[in-house]
Amino acid sequence: MLYYSVKRLLMLIPVLLGMTLIVFGIIHAIPGNPALTILGTKATPEAIHSLNKSLGLDNPWYVQYFSYLKDILSGNLGTSIQTNSPISSEIWPHLAATIELSFVAMIIAVFVGINAGIISAWKQNSFLDYTAMILALIGVSMPVFWLGLLEQWGFSIKLQWLPSIGRDDIRNSVNPITNLYLIDTLLQGRFDQFWMVIRHLILPAIALATIPTAIIARMTRSSMLEVLKSDYIRTAKAKGQRMIWIVYKYALKNAFIPILTVIGLQTGLLLGGAILTETIFGWPGVGLYIYNAIQYRDYPVIQSGILVIAFIFVMVNFIVDLLYGLFDPRIKYR
Amino acid sequence: MSEAILKVDGLKTSFFTDDGEVPAVDGINFSVNEGEILGIVGESGCGKSVTSLSIMGLLPSPPGKIVGGHIYYKGEDISHAKESRMRKLRGNDIAMIFQEPMTSLNPVFTIGDQLIEAIRLHNHLSKQALTDRAVELLKLVGLPRAKELLNEYPHELSGGMRQRVMIAMAMSCNPKVLIADEPTTALDVTIQAQILDLMVKLNKETNTAIIMITHDLGVVAQMCNRVVVMYAGKVVEEGDVKDIFNHPKHPYTEGLIQSIPDLYGKKDKLYTIKGSVPKPGSIRQGCLFAPRCEFVMDKCKENTPELLGDSHKSRCFLHQEQA
Repeated sequence: MLYYSVKRLLMLIPVLLGMTLIVFGIIHAIPGNPALTILGTKATPEAIHSLNKSLGLDNPWYVQYFSYLKDILSGNLGTSIQTNSPISSEIWPHLAATIELSFVAMIIAVFVGINAGIISAWKQNSFLDYTAMILALIGVSMPVFWLGLLEQWGFSIKLQWLPSIGRDDIRNSVNPITNLYLIDTLLQGRFDQFWMVIRHLILPAIALATIPTAIIARMTRSSMLEVLKSDYIRTAKAKGQRMIWIVYKYALKNAFIPILTVIGLQTGLLLGGAILTETIFGWPGVGLYIYNAIQYRDYPVIQSGILVIAFIFVMVNFIVDLLYGLFDPRIKYR
Repeated sequence: MSEAILKVDGLKTSFFTDDGEVPAVDGINFSVNEGEILGIVGESGCGKSVTSLSIMGLLPSPPGKIVGGHIYYKGEDISHAKESRMRKLRGNDIAMIFQEPMTSLNPVFTIGDQLIEAIRLHNHLSKQALTDRAVELLKLVGLPRAKELLNEYPHELSGGMRQRVMIAMAMSCNPKVLIADEPTTALDVTIQAQILDLMVKLNKETNTAIIMITHDLGVVAQMCNRVVVMYAGKVVEEGDVKDIFNHPKHPYTEGLIQSIPDLYGKKDKLYTIKGSVPKPGSIRQGCLFAPRCEFVMDKCKENTPELLGDSHKSRCFLHQEQA
């Protein structure tokens, strides 16, 4: 297991290198001169030339790539053009916001998705099955921006139950320690703020969880249907075991590998793909951070944002690979 | 003979498909006495497995359903018993082993998990006592390294070992009846013999009645006391093993016996019963075996024979006329 983990970690190196190369390539393929963007259209050719030189942009691309790589490895993600502060320190609060939102969304998705899938498979072709699967179909097809707007209209404007925007109330903002507000408020013993943070989380988390919930439910259903037909389930029944126990213990563990794969992929997607949800709900996460950077043509921020998201995606899948062995002893780590 | 512990009385099990009701088991009667080994023989598709699943209450439902008759366990009708009652009986009173040892154990739990669970479901024992009992059971079925096996997964065991584990699991609560649905079909010949010997040994030691479901008459001759021959969902012959082998009273049984390969025989070609088992429900009139029977008479096509006789019963006009 340790050997496999180390080997798998080493295999990540070429993946991550390839990733940096692609990100680097994309940014350089975008037309336009960064110096021109920084100095503005009225800059003199001399000023542009000297800025190019000081930024190292007059070097051949591979020299630029290696200096970029050296910067990343030393934890330097560059400087934001817009705010002129280092991205590595600027990005964390945004990343923390996204992680918190994605985490809550994923908990909802896993809990609701797996249970809906199990019930559908267990009571196949019943009213419950049809209801769950129709809901899943709607969930998968519902655009997030539309669902988000509906939620805001219904729960914030009409019913006024929940806040529609942001991570906290402006007049009662959380004092950040880790920037994961659920943890910060607990650390400070501010339970009133903890509750406020949860209230802010509910609507965006539900919007973000909808598609993963539906996908997990459908995957769970098909995987469980196959397992429930197998001989060892009949054996468990022949022992006199209760059906609910058979379904949740026996069958689920067998059916879990494909579900785990989907959970891993969806978690990666949530962390990176929350841009729409974050924009609608004014959630100050990486998605919104990159969205704003794109509007200002803040290339270093875009570049770093994509890099961080890609890195998280790769790591989530690495963890999922390691988790497979927990659920299926037949998977040998060599 | 001692009392019948399990009695199947006119059992009818049907499957309800899009094409209508398909009777898989059509009014069968038999009983098993305490400590007895009863063989149920027949070709694939004759309703043997459906019978055993009906007894266990494990029919895939829908589409399967018991539509008539009764199943008495110790005098209690369990054919329509509540699920909670059946759960108490399954494993504890009536246990079952299946055809496919390779897939009948859960691949993601250890042998110990699965065996101990079987014991714990019907016994309140301490953790240590449960483990001890599991080790004892594994030794009983002749598995070496019993303690280590508890921590191993099914894929680390051979087919024969897995079937032994299945038997250990079935025997874990000292059931009164053990239903073995073709327990040796998937195993190679030497292992088959070992497993059958083991079952006979357990039968003698624990006095558990065994219902041996098989299509292999060799297995029946080797271990059973009595035989029920099934054809197309009906019992066609029933009696003592010796009587049936020496004086079969139904052309189908005769055919089955003749098709056993003889090690010393000089026959070039093995005897086969021509044709195949009719689709359930396809023959509405007369003897179900008539289309394949060598001795078919006019009467066989019009009237349905009854299962008649005292200790050796048969469902055949030919033999009933001779008697």
